[in-house]
Amino acid sequence: MATMSTARERVKDEAKFTAGLRNRHLRGQIWMRFFQAAILLGLLALITLMFNVVNRVYGLTAVRDAVPVSTFSDRPLEELNASELAGILVAQLPSGGRVLVRDSLIGQENYNNNREAPLSQLIQGVTLPDDVGALTLAQLQPENTQVIFENAFTPEDMRLTIITDIVGREVLESWTWSESLFNRAAIDEKVASTADWEGAQLEWRSWLNFSFLTSRMTTVASESGVRAALLGSLLTIFLTVVVAFPLGVGTAIYLQEYSTGDHWFERLIETNIRNLAGVPSIIYGLLGLAIFVRALEGITQGRTIISAALTMALLILPVIIINAQEALRAVPPSIREASFGLGATKWQTVFRSVLPAAMPGILTGTILGMSRAIGETAPLIVIGASTFIANDPTLASRFTVLPIQIYNWTKDPREGFSEIAAATIVLLLIVLLLFNATAIILRQRFRRSLSA
Amino acid sequence: MTSMTLGSGATAIDLKHVKVFYSDKLAVDDVSIPIYKNKITAFIGPSGCGKSTVLRAINRMNDLIPGARVEGEINYHGKNLYGKEVDPVEVRRRIGMVFQKPNPFPKSIYDNVAYGPRLLGVTDKRTLDEIVERSIKGSFLWDEVKGDLKKSGLALSGGQQQRLCIARTIAIEPDVILMDEPCSALDPIATQAIEELMKELVKSYTIVIVTHNMQQAQRVSDFTAFYSIRKAEETGGQERRWGVLGEFAPTEQLFSNPKSEETERYIRGEFG
Ligand SMILES: Nc1ncnc2c1ncn2[C@@H]1O[C@H](COP(=O)(O)OP(=O)(O)OP(=O)(O)O)[C@@H](O)[C@H]1O
Ligand SMILES: [Mg+2]
Repeated sequence: MATMSTARERVKDEAKFTAGLRNRHLRGQIWMRFFQAAILLGLLALITLMFNVVNRVYGLTAVRDAVPVSTFSDRPLEELNASELAGILVAQLPSGGRVLVRDSLIGQENYNNNREAPLSQLIQGVTLPDDVGALTLAQLQPENTQVIFENAFTPEDMRLTIITDIVGREVLESWTWSESLFNRAAIDEKVASTADWEGAQLEWRSWLNFSFLTSRMTTVASESGVRAALLGSLLTIFLTVVVAFPLGVGTAIYLQEYSTGDHWFERLIETNIRNLAGVPSIIYGLLGLAIFVRALEGITQGRTIISAALTMALLILPVIIINAQEALRAVPPSIREASFGLGATKWQTVFRSVLPAAMPGILTGTILGMSRAIGETAPLIVIGASTFIANDPTLASRFTVLPIQIYNWTKDPREGFSEIAAATIVLLLIVLLLFNATAIILRQRFRRSLSA
Repeated sequence: MTSMTLGSGATAIDLKHVKVFYSDKLAVDDVSIPIYKNKITAFIGPSGCGKSTVLRAINRMNDLIPGARVEGEINYHGKNLYGKEVDPVEVRRRIGMVFQKPNPFPKSIYDNVAYGPRLLGVTDKRTLDEIVERSIKGSFLWDEVKGDLKKSGLALSGGQQQRLCIARTIAIEPDVILMDEPCSALDPIATQAIEELMKELVKSYTIVIVTHNMQQAQRVSDFTAFYSIRKAEETGGQERRWGVLGEFAPTEQLFSNPKSEETERYIRGEFG
């Protein structure tokens, strides 16, 4: 047992202090190295991941056209105008393109009701010359289909149809960027010697390019785009935030500022919200399926972006609420006192002092929620996102989003699809970065207006 | 300094047998004092004796503390502030408060001062401009900030922040201003500025100030209330402490000729 004086001597012992000090610094050094190693490891994993994805986005591709464009046109398709493109379709498609007209009508209500109706009734939103509009489908002659194509299709659509249905473009194989660089000889060899690759063309290709963003999906990987999925993602996220932000912040304000937390019901709500943040997202999908897709079908129109966004809003609500509550709690009491002291009501205090001061924190929570929602796949699969959407989505249409498209294309065994999946991953990351950057700028703007 | 004696002059606020409890624990017992109109009343006393508690009871700031309860009457224009029909929001609009630690809003200087008038529904830019300028001039801060009212209130020095808080308070034209140790975070020069400001403000407002500084109480106040602590042994060896009013008198009289020995010991710095 140390007496008072020996305890004091121990504290004042110079020799032990010097030895001990070296030891204390050393221990600090070791921990610092450990932290550095952890960061390095993380960076390495991130770089590997990014390399793996980006490696697939750019590289050599072997493409073959069953019927090269040169056999029916002496100019490249990009240079042809609408009537020339329509002419090619009529000349090259079997039955003069009547099948294409029929195929593009299948599934539409008017066509299902009466297949014998005149075309002017079947083809909606397009003005046809009277003589053509009066014909039924069965009466169509090639010169009529030419008129229909010119009026009803965009040149871009016709070009795509020519490539998929007439040219029969096919991706034979594509190589990653590293393979293309370091294994070029073997690739050339393979293209030259593979027996049924006759007429294959080898080209450098970036799978993530501008037309990938703007074109529709097709069955040929090299011509397919993510336009519908990109628009679907943006619409979904927009609607999700529009729904979840006011609801979440409102709930947080109530729980933090108005509820005393004494009532058992209020405590139950608080506890539940915290637990909900940890519920697997697929459960939210099941909930969304039961409520939004099925029970509220009248409002949401079923498997639409509205249903998806409402489901996502449920999913990110706990994140927003918890973060907003945290932000509100962090507002110093002195600010509330100042406001009340000036004769503010409760609501004025919350709305004019507390909320602005908490805004940066609330936005941080919203960013977290948004980032989660934009990458979620499971709940959307459950509520029934489509795999193939050719047209631009609207709020009440069937839809697909970027992660769903990544999922679909990754498991597609056809050549070229894992490459467009990789391109979509890069696109998703870019969208995510843009969102976060915007939100961070917004947050800084708020913060600057708050502090000096 | 005034030569006024107790009982003369109009009272702005009358405290009658005021008791304050925190969660049923008695904090201040039986305080009865008048607060005279257009005078400065100082609250002095040892730490924990309940000066802030009484001050906060006057504009019902204690309502914000869960479990706080006030007994007795605080009469303002003959009306009990704790009466059933009284809205605390209205009380605080007429009886403003300046806190110990300067607490400007994280907003611009302009928005800080315009906060109160805006609460009252003033939106007209010209009116607001006028109120802001008059209030900041009224708190002797104008020359230091007039060029940059867009600057954040938090970017000012401590003394400037406190004067901003005073400007913010006088912007709503209260009757009474309560100040809880407004100079405790300030240096002597800033303190002097605030003291001079108080002497100016008292021409149009009634002021109550809590201070630990005897000289300050003597320099600025007309009346002084001295609070002291009572202790009692509880069952179980625990000690119970609560504050009581020790003495209330014109400042000159209280400092030169204190009635109780306890007051005398405290003002001579011999307390506890
Ligand atoms: N919010 C509160 N909850 C519970 N008890 C409180 C609260 N505020 C003050 N008290 C108690 O009330 C008593 C008086 O406190 P008060 O702050 O009024 O003292 P004071 O005279 O202002 O002291 P100081 O000079 O240190 O500021 C103290 O015993 C304190 O512990
Ligand atoms: Mg105090």
